[in-house]
Amino acid sequence: MNLTLKVWRQSGPKDTGRFETYEAKNVSPDMSFLEMLDFVNEELQLSGKEPIVFEHDCREGICGCCGAVVNGRAHGPLDKTTLCQLHMRVFQDGETIVIEPWRSKAFPVLKDLMVDRSAFDQIIQAGGFIAVNTGGAPDANAIPISPFDAEKAMDAAACIGCGACVAACPNGSAMLFVSAKVSHLALLPQGKVDAKRRVRMMVEKMDELGFGNCSNEAECERACPKGISISHIARLNRNFLWSFFSHQED
Amino acid sequence: MAQLDAKVPGGPLEDKWDRHRFELKLVNPANRRKHTVIVVGTGLAGAGAAASLGELGYNVLCFGIHDTPRRAHSIAAQGGINAAKNYQNDADSVYRLFYDTVKGGDYRAREANVYRLAQVSNNIIDHCVALGVPFAREYGGLLDNRSFGGAQVSRTFYARGQTGQQLLLAAYSALSRQIAAGTVKMMTRREMLDVVVIDGHARGIVVRNLLDGSIEKYAAHAVVLATGGYANVFFLSTNAQNSNVSAAWAAHKRGAFFANPCFTQIHPTCIPVHGDKQSKLTLMSESLRNDGRVWVPAKKDDKRNPNDIPESERDYYLERRYPTFGNLVPRDVASRAAKERVDAGHGVGATGFAVYLDFRDAIDRLGRDKIEKKYGNLFEMYERITADDPYKTPMMIYPALHYTMGGLWVDYNLMTTVPGLFALGEANFSDHGANRLGASALMQGLADGFFVIPYTMGGYLASEKLKEVRTDHDAFKEAESAAAARTKKLLELKGKRTVLELHRELGLLLWEKCGMARNEQGLKEALEKIPEIRDEFWHNARVVGQGDTINQVLERAGRIADYLEFAELMVRDALERRESCGGHFREESQTEEGEAKRDDENFCHVAAWEYSGDVRAPVRHVEPLTFERVHPTQRSYK
Repeated sequence: MNLTLKVWRQSGPKDTGRFETYEAKNVSPDMSFLEMLDFVNEELQLSGKEPIVFEHDCREGICGCCGAVVNGRAHGPLDKTTLCQLHMRVFQDGETIVIEPWRSKAFPVLKDLMVDRSAFDQIIQAGGFIAVNTGGAPDANAIPISPFDAEKAMDAAACIGCGACVAACPNGSAMLFVSAKVSHLALLPQGKVDAKRRVRMMVEKMDELGFGNCSNEAECERACPKGISISHIARLNRNFLWSFFSHQED
Repeated sequence: MAQLDAKVPGGPLEDKWDRHRFELKLVNPANRRKHTVIVVGTGLAGAGAAASLGELGYNVLCFGIHDTPRRAHSIAAQGGINAAKNYQNDADSVYRLFYDTVKGGDYRAREANVYRLAQVSNNIIDHCVALGVPFAREYGGLLDNRSFGGAQVSRTFYARGQTGQQLLLAAYSALSRQIAAGTVKMMTRREMLDVVVIDGHARGIVVRNLLDGSIEKYAAHAVVLATGGYANVFFLSTNAQNSNVSAAWAAHKRGAFFANPCFTQIHPTCIPVHGDKQSKLTLMSESLRNDGRVWVPAKKDDKRNPNDIPESERDYYLERRYPTFGNLVPRDVASRAAKERVDAGHGVGATGFAVYLDFRDAIDRLGRDKIEKKYGNLFEMYERITADDPYKTPMMIYPALHYTMGGLWVDYNLMTTVPGLFALGEANFSDHGANRLGASALMQGLADGFFVIPYTMGGYLASEKLKEVRTDHDAFKEAESAAAARTKKLLELKGKRTVLELHRELGLLLWEKCGMARNEQGLKEALEKIPEIRDEFWHNARVVGQGDTINQVLERAGRIADYLEFAELMVRDALERRESCGGHFREESQTEEGEAKRDDENFCHVAAWEYSGDVRAPVRHVEPLTFERVHPTQRSYK
């Protein structure tokens, strides 16, 4: 296949950036999207030009590194698919593909398609953990957990932290990301102990970092490559409200 | 060979670790914060170590190449993690896990280390549940298990097909908590370029800041490398694109011996190669062999649709050759058996380099729902990549590079031959011998990080009287200017070939000559050819862009430059080990039935290579392996 790519190029956070057009010739439909970019980058290098910077690592849809807005959709046209798992067979020969970085106030562009998602780490550091030290845990079977709760927790825990939810949200909200972690931990007895404090601290940090508010657009759910449901946002909201009615710490 | 003292404690195997933990000196809690420990890598071993050391009160500096610690490649492990809980009442025990691991490793691992691994395996499951890992459960609320290759008990704990992800996120959450508490300072987007050794002790590292290219220096009392394996030396592997040998290789050049580099694991169930522009291979979890049956057409060059091939014309070769273990033979055995069938002309698919993994019988027996629940995400992943529906037609699979058992030589304390320099997880060589069993990598990473290094690090720091050093020390300056000079040299490469192309060339050579089967002639050819590719790299590679900004070509070039040196050591090790064992199959050394034939008389040892100052002339040292409990026999899974 032959394709025309319109790719966002930006040399650094201070550059204003612009689209550049490249021709991708003889692309195999079996290539992944990132392999197609590799291929274009090889050509760019041989002609002495700087290749397109994009973040990637595992290329099997689990590390959460990759991601770009492709033809207006985070991670491209397929549901529940990271960019690295998108294959060129979904595009038509002769098509023009527009490729942009995540665009959100909380995720500044570092270079080309690479953005700074360290705000997510800061939210986790604010409380996205169960506070136990290594070595003191009771036997793993000491507390039975319903498999339904474990499965629900797992649905939420499947989040890969790619940031597509923020990129897709018209408000740049991080609610799906935050709610996935709140939900995952609050559904398990181990995480319930500290659930009230956790949700408040994480929400507070999220607000502080410049993420927008949730207005139930549900774009995040559609963009999520792991199919994480907005029902977790509802659970976060319940937990958040409940945390004000009964204080744990004071 | 006095320098290779494994420091295995005395006494009976069962008591060694307890005794050692008592005998190790302690650092007073109030003094711990005065000790700075550098941890490089944020996978299970690195994040576990940084979190645990932080909890104890050490001042930890943790480094990673990604934007966040949660991206480390441990995240991609699918199937599960072993532990000797015996929750299934199927006669499992610490001793059996130990025994299976030593046998699975084809008797090339150190008994005392493996026993300790089996002992702490149970603590890992307890701790991970406490950290909120949503492991699969039975209706009664207790933990579920599944079977993995090389074992006849069900001891593998799992979280769907994303066990590595869930364990890494747990370790990452523990690490995040320590970052918030201020005991760990996390430095993301840093690539380690060198280890700084002062007065014979590791005292710091030099890194490149991947955002602005600056070379940074950090001093510490000890350095922990948890930087993973080197499977990407083969170009195509299941490893993540950024996984590399560079940190371990830099340590090697500063005096850390490299052990058994030829012990590489080829995983039997990966999605086959489809074209020459492919960048990586994707694993299909070993857990699939619980219910999937491996077969090829009994007739050669049978091009029929697999569903049209009747039962009588299918060769379920694993069940035929290994009736006891069947489809659950260890990885090395399963991989070689696939290669044997393909070489004999029974391969399937467009390239002929594939065999079938068929779920038809399991779907008939258990129903599609049950299979979907167990393996749904893997089936989806397969379909996304191949556009084939494995519920309807059998999967096609072929072996691919997946893991490396070799690594930096470490003693019982996980310390390398450089005092104060430790290696954890896949970066060391210690527990898996010549072949790793499925679901044991996650176990080892967390064992080293959570349950071994917190003790042995204290023992080291309490017994050494280390002078304070600062980064203006000459050794730091020397390492810094060497790193800067090399970066400059790479940026000056203005030849005609991309670094990716040269990496691919090296990988193909290694896959052919040092892959699933190796022989003296091929290895010697590779030894001739590698320096030629290296020469080509330094004369004809092209590195575009600048050094003072994000430059992924430069990053990659540095890693490939290291692979081009390391590859030679790996091939040399394979050439010197004139026996077959585990993943290392020397064609000259096989039984009449084509199984790997060990030579315990001459090779029952660890080969640990010392850097001599010349990459072409490393010195081979030997750590003899003695087996007190498990007596080496010809491994049989028949």
